Amino acid sequence: MILDYVGVKEINGSLIVLDDVDNASNEEMVDIRLENGTYRHGRIVQIEGKRVVIQVFEGTNSISLDNTRTRLKAHPMELSLAPEIMGRVFNGVGTPIDGLGPVYAKKKADVNGTPMNPVSRIYPRNYINTGISTIDTLTTLIRGQKLPIFSGSGMKHNELAVQLVRQAKISDGEDNRFGIVFAAMGVKNDVADYFRRSFDESGVLSRVVMFLNLANDPIIERTLTPRCALTAAEYLAFECNMHVLVIMTDMTSYAEALREFSSSKGEIPGRKGFPGYLYSDLASLYERAGMVKGSKGSVTQIPILTMPNDDITHPVPDLTGYITEGQIVLDRQLEGQGFYPPVSVLPSLSRLMKDGIGEGYTRADHQPLANQLFAAYARVQDARSLASVIGEEELSPVDKKYMQFGKLFEQYFVNQGFGENRTIEQSLDLGWKLLSTLPRSELDRVDDKLLDMYYITDPEQLVFDTMDTGSSDNS
Amino acid sequence: MATTDVIYGINGPVVTVKNTRSFSMMEMVYVGSSRLVGEIIGINDKLTTIQVYEETTGLRPGDPVYGTGTPMNVLLGPGIIDNIFDGIERPLKAIEETSGSFISRGSQVSSLDTDRYWNVRIKVKAGDMLSPGMIYATCPETAIIEHRMMVPPGLSGKVVSTEPNGKYRLMDTIVTLEDESGEKHELSLCQKWPIKTARPCKTRLPATVPLITGQRVIDTMFPISKGGTAAIPGGFGTGKTMTQHQLAKWCDADIIVYVGCGERGNEMSQVLDEFSELIDPKSGRPMTDRTVLIANTSNMPVAAREASIYTGLTLAEYYRDMGYHVAIMADSTSRWAEALREISGRLEEMPAEEGFPAYLPSRLSQFYERAGRVETLCGSEGSVTIIGAVSPQGSDFSEPVTQNTKRFTRCFWALDKSLAYARHYPAINWMDSYSEYFTDLDPWFRDNLGEDFIRYRNKITAILHEESSLMEIVKLIGSDVLPDDQKLIIETAKAIRVGFLQQNAFHSDDTFVPLEKQKLMMKAILHLYSKAQHIIAAAIPISRIEELGLFESLAKMKYDIPNSKPELFDKLIADIDTALGTLTN
Repeated sequence: MILDYVGVKEINGSLIVLDDVDNASNEEMVDIRLENGTYRHGRIVQIEGKRVVIQVFEGTNSISLDNTRTRLKAHPMELSLAPEIMGRVFNGVGTPIDGLGPVYAKKKADVNGTPMNPVSRIYPRNYINTGISTIDTLTTLIRGQKLPIFSGSGMKHNELAVQLVRQAKISDGEDNRFGIVFAAMGVKNDVADYFRRSFDESGVLSRVVMFLNLANDPIIERTLTPRCALTAAEYLAFECNMHVLVIMTDMTSYAEALREFSSSKGEIPGRKGFPGYLYSDLASLYERAGMVKGSKGSVTQIPILTMPNDDITHPVPDLTGYITEGQIVLDRQLEGQGFYPPVSVLPSLSRLMKDGIGEGYTRADHQPLANQLFAAYARVQDARSLASVIGEEELSPVDKKYMQFGKLFEQYFVNQGFGENRTIEQSLDLGWKLLSTLPRSELDRVDDKLLDMYYITDPEQLVFDTMDTGSSDNS
Repeated sequence: MATTDVIYGINGPVVTVKNTRSFSMMEMVYVGSSRLVGEIIGINDKLTTIQVYEETTGLRPGDPVYGTGTPMNVLLGPGIIDNIFDGIERPLKAIEETSGSFISRGSQVSSLDTDRYWNVRIKVKAGDMLSPGMIYATCPETAIIEHRMMVPPGLSGKVVSTEPNGKYRLMDTIVTLEDESGEKHELSLCQKWPIKTARPCKTRLPATVPLITGQRVIDTMFPISKGGTAAIPGGFGTGKTMTQHQLAKWCDADIIVYVGCGERGNEMSQVLDEFSELIDPKSGRPMTDRTVLIANTSNMPVAAREASIYTGLTLAEYYRDMGYHVAIMADSTSRWAEALREISGRLEEMPAEEGFPAYLPSRLSQFYERAGRVETLCGSEGSVTIIGAVSPQGSDFSEPVTQNTKRFTRCFWALDKSLAYARHYPAINWMDSYSEYFTDLDPWFRDNLGEDFIRYRNKITAILHEESSLMEIVKLIGSDVLPDDQKLIIETAKAIRVGFLQQNAFHSDDTFVPLEKQKLMMKAILHLYSKAQHIIAAAIPISRIEELGLFESLAKMKYDIPNSKPELFDKLIADIDTALGTLTN
């Protein structure tokens, strides 16, 4: 029996409270009809006997204590799924907004998903070639990984994400089963438009599912946007056997929406006012990346988040780093020097890289080379801080070599064109060439056999020119 | 029990029942018609509060709540080793068979396989008097672990009858016992134990035996004893999980309990993959033959995350009581503390520091105090060593979980971001870390490795400290202006850092280094140091020593000299002497 409840007891922010409700179940969906005939949607978030707290997705503007009729829908929040969602555009709660009509559902799925059984997971080992030297060589992206981009306002994270999408290639050439799910949370209109245009230009638009919750859309919808996107991604990956790349931007806006919702519920705040369950909540999103036995597909996540005030210890990047399998950190100083992509190499990390590179995947020298580049570049930082005190002239000869290495490394290795797609061999060889500018005795992370193979002793060959920054612009 | 008790309110994982007196504190209950597992965490005369270990979506007021009359407990018996459980001891492989790749709610599967036959040998005969903890039967659980069935604590009496040796299932009665009051008890292959109660032992033994891990920075610089406690704090990406994996693989405990508490799913599948491929050098069997995994990944329900730590500990104690040395890796205790905070917040308790409940320190101390080397009830020796990872918020070691953990653990292996950035692993910072077990363990090291070991260690520590104070100067004015003897300290410290402290987990020899080789490595470094001191005293500039490439050969000796050939160190030392000899002649 479906009953309408007339009026509400209490309104607080985006929450309304109903009294005398029978048979409500936790997380159940509700429809709210306003006097003017429009509908709003909501979800039950707390039950106390017959008192029910409902979260209204579209906000509570113009709801009064007695102008509404509420109807319980007897099912949790679900998303309609079909292979035809490819190429479609939805709002933050999965309603089509591209004017092409509703999705004819083959399946309906709870947007919260269910946790993947750790025993059923396949450990990710296949690397994704992104054509970007810093990422391929030093923080290799693996299929089934969650690798966020830590950025700041005004930095080129969107360009990087677009370049990743355009260039990402899987080694075994199954490109026809490749799809992209794009979730925008609280991003500006023109950013969403930039992504749409870029997907269009690179001819992948028909393989993209977009969920858009823009900066001026209701925040409650925002808390559901990534869940809808991941539900769609899981469907495409595990039931349609596709390799899905999920780009979620901006996770900071998502977390702030969660904070707003939490405080209107009157919950006890944790660090910086974020709710105590922020870790669990973020984990319930990020952990939906991976591969499972019995399915050929995979979900790879690239969440993008802007660090408020570039502070990596802010709760959102901090907790994200604890959940995700590494991070790509962008650096404002590199950006200021005009380098693109401004990947700050030292704090960037890919945890799954060690098992997806080397012999049989990339090249046997990959891991030792990466270790040596990290170690050498770390040493550059020491030399720089020393130089800032005593001046570059006073440095020891070895430190001067490091200073020079650092400059070359940033200019030729980190820096590359927006349309430049380097093969893994190009990147690795470039790495060796750069290391060869250092004395051989300084390279203590690689064994002699590799040094014999790759260390360049002929100074004639150590000339860096535009060849290495890629005039081979192929966009 | 009659099901007159029904749900009144629901708030996330917290469910309340009104006006009931049928439950007791910490009792395990089933909630709703799909029988989700829960635990009673608060009672007053109006409301009883339950934390539910599974997602509460779809529960509604009026759904039944069933009591079980017992606290949250785990089933202990053969079949635990080589298994993977969730936070409340449900076997994930069996769940996969019943519900597929994604975990559905209310899965009703027995913790241990009840249909499997075990090859049991009965160790008692009719008429024997048995006291708690005595072993009445054994069976091979894996190729290297013998499972010993013990009389449950609190039960004693005379054996009335036994079954013959043979194949039995988990629940089959094999021994019948009559206690003083004449009541008969049937003993099967398994028993139950509440997870939040420590299992009893006879006496606690002092911490005088080290847990050997094969990791140089730990064994030499900051050793831990069997039955000790250690914390590994570090921000993300500093290698907590890698360090825990290395310890789980190589430490000389008999059994490893690995608790993945609120961590990544892919990491658990990595452990599963890797451990089944890795061969334990001591037994020649796969690592999984001595490992129990408890996986409560970060997206699994938060309340079960809180329980997972206790479940792991109870399993560890059970094997300790059989006379095994058990090491438990808890990765990460911060997630457990956050689970406490999350549930505390739902209960609207008054928060203390950073929203954590005021009882955080007491819970942490109760947890770490369950470690120890003991004489068990049956008179043998066993131990539980706890190694807990801590993930400090914002890499700030002054946050409450790190600070409180520091108070209750005696080893502190602080992971350092700048070391990790330079890919110096294990990134254990030698200035911030400490071990309180030095004095307890010194006699053992003296007896087994000789006086030299301790002398070398102290010298190495002294050089590293000296380097650290010299670096303060170097940072300001550069190393060129230092006198040669101080430059030598910096060069030697570099050899210690690169050649000794840094260890390559992916190198077949370097991943585990026996104590004897650790000692010889220190000897080689210190040998060069003292020889070079003499040469510098003879006014020969250090640059000439550097040109000989000796420091580089020290940095690479971990790869150049295999673990199986310690005699090569004599050659290395002889080489050092010859090379330096060319300078003085």
